[in-house]
Amino acid sequence: MNFAAIRALARNDVRIYLTDRRAVIVGVFVPILIAAFFGYVFGGNDRSEEAGKIPIAVVDEDQSGVSRAITADLGKESLLTVQILTRSQAEERVRAGKVQVAAIMPAGFGNAATRALFSGRMRPQVDLLIDPSQSMSSRVVEGLMAQYGIQEITREAFSNDGTSTSGIQRGLSLPYVIATSRITSAQNIPYNGYAHSFAGMTVQFILFAGIDAGVLLLLTRERGIWQRIRSAPLSKSQFLFARTLATTLISLFQFALIYTAGILIFGVRISGSFPGFASLALAFCLLNAAFGLMLASIGRSASATRGFAMVVTLLLVMLGGAWVPSFVFPKWLQQASLAAPTRWAVDGLDAMTWRGQGLSAALSPVLVLVATAAVCLAIAIWRFRWED
Amino acid sequence: MLSINHLQKRFGNRIAVDDVSFDVAIGETVGLLGPNGAGKTTTLSMISGLAHPDGGSVSFQGQLLDQNANQLKRSVGLVPQDLALYDELSAWANLELFGGLYGLSGKQLADRANDSLALVGLADRRGDRVRGFSGGMKRRLNIAGALLHDPELLLLDEPTVGVDPQSRNAIFENLAELKRRGKTLLYTTHYMEEAERLCDRIVIIDHGKVIANDTVRGLYRRLPATGAVLLELEAAPVSDGVLASLAALPGISAAIRDPGGIRVEAADLGASLALALEQLAKFGLRVTSIRSGRVSLEDVFIALTGHALRDGPVAAVQP
Repeated sequence: MNFAAIRALARNDVRIYLTDRRAVIVGVFVPILIAAFFGYVFGGNDRSEEAGKIPIAVVDEDQSGVSRAITADLGKESLLTVQILTRSQAEERVRAGKVQVAAIMPAGFGNAATRALFSGRMRPQVDLLIDPSQSMSSRVVEGLMAQYGIQEITREAFSNDGTSTSGIQRGLSLPYVIATSRITSAQNIPYNGYAHSFAGMTVQFILFAGIDAGVLLLLTRERGIWQRIRSAPLSKSQFLFARTLATTLISLFQFALIYTAGILIFGVRISGSFPGFASLALAFCLLNAAFGLMLASIGRSASATRGFAMVVTLLLVMLGGAWVPSFVFPKWLQQASLAAPTRWAVDGLDAMTWRGQGLSAALSPVLVLVATAAVCLAIAIWRFRWED
Repeated sequence: MLSINHLQKRFGNRIAVDDVSFDVAIGETVGLLGPNGAGKTTTLSMISGLAHPDGGSVSFQGQLLDQNANQLKRSVGLVPQDLALYDELSAWANLELFGGLYGLSGKQLADRANDSLALVGLADRRGDRVRGFSGGMKRRLNIAGALLHDPELLLLDEPTVGVDPQSRNAIFENLAELKRRGKTLLYTTHYMEEAERLCDRIVIIDHGKVIANDTVRGLYRRLPATGAVLLELEAAPVSDGVLASLAALPGISAAIRDPGGIRVEAADLGASLALALEQLAKFGLRVTSIRSGRVSLEDVFIALTGHALRDGPVAAVQP
């Protein structure tokens, strides 16, 4: 194995990347600017009700007529998709971003709320567990809970014989209180609206760097330098390994700079597992290198490949939820976008940053990214024209 | 010794190299001459391992290329026709890459890079980006890139294309120095004067076939004409009829249109010159000067192939 050749090739690619300062600036600062913009626009302002149903969980620990009726009403609501869960299941689903809000009606809720309807005293508490990135959804659920709660509790109150009606003279009040909790894996982590946009923009601009790496390889083939490389005692696999190494290193460099800016300037925090975050970064950068190599292997010319690759990349980025969070997609598209590795990368980075999830939550995204990288590399090795 | 044996290469239906064979002895400088598209670069590509021959073999020092490719590649330095340089990097960074490709690193690489830059006269520009270099400097750096691993055999594919005469001379001096150091050089060009100046032996290739393989002196001996004069005329250019009438004179082997006049070649110039002057006078053409003209390899090429080496019209009338 000609390690000196691999090192020389990789070092040369890194040098060429760093030499083009304009490209470095575009690759690092533009995603920071765009991430800042999207973070500002979308931070804590979920607009999912405009695009699709809000997935919520209802925990009925009361099992009274009132609580069952409220649960049934919420289930019929066209804005919502309701899952009936236990408290622990609901917490886990909210933490993982699978549901946006969980409403918990405690034991005794129905009776206490019916009494409190007139007296205004001893109001029971409904817990709303919310995904911090979906605060608008929690307000929608809060409103619907109030609507159906009043409706069902009033029906219950007036259907009971002998119930005091003196309270009506004091006026009706919401017969329960709502306690909102923001659910992430770690406790007391404030939600940062920039965290998701930094994940998305990092993924997008690193993929752009992957395209540049592929195009550089095609340009190399079109120049005399290719003959010099080919005339050296170097195998195809050594050459491809060197290119993969170089692009992975460049991508990691870019990744680190963008997230450093996110952390220092915009308060993004890696609240989950740092090894998980690092594994995701490495897996995605490896995928990016393989993606660039695959482009160079199937592309015929630098200019044509760049145009085609940009279209593919932008599609992947959109499907990955880098621009607009994937929860605003229609249901079918949310499912379909799981085929895009970018979706796994963005979701994984979300999990390791503001969702504060552990290493195990990074496992699936890392596996998907590494597997996709392996497929891209296999195509690259198969299709790469070494001898023309 | 480098041995090229019955090399063949096809691109579709077109035969680019057709049964090419020749040898290059250690320390020898051989010119591979031919017009554009003759098969020179394809031959060089097969020798350097860039292209697989459809037939035949290449061996160096007794080892076959297709059996010992990586080992032989370490003995060979290629100077490609297209500049093999990264414009955006410094001369030094380029050489670090090329040395690294051959497994060099650290002090050994630095020493070799310094030696190579010194040889091509670019030691003081090592830190400068190639983008700022002149065409000649890039060509010299292109040569330096092939010297880092100290190859025994240097393959140069038209290393002076597009450079000014001063830079060309500098490159010639570089190659002469390599020759003095005992390197074996195989040099493709379509500039006859380069081959004449540098090469111990010349292989002429046309339409993919070797049509001559000899020393410069040996090639000259193939020409019937051993002398030539250039007749400058008051009224130029001359008509084909004038050229034909001169070529028909006894002893004259060729009459060729030349910028400013006519080039006349003859075995016995003393006898033929008077006849030519007399013939021109009959056409009313006044000769303003007579200069001695030397028969060149270009003439040899025309004699061997019937057409010019470089693109462009040649009006030669031979008896």
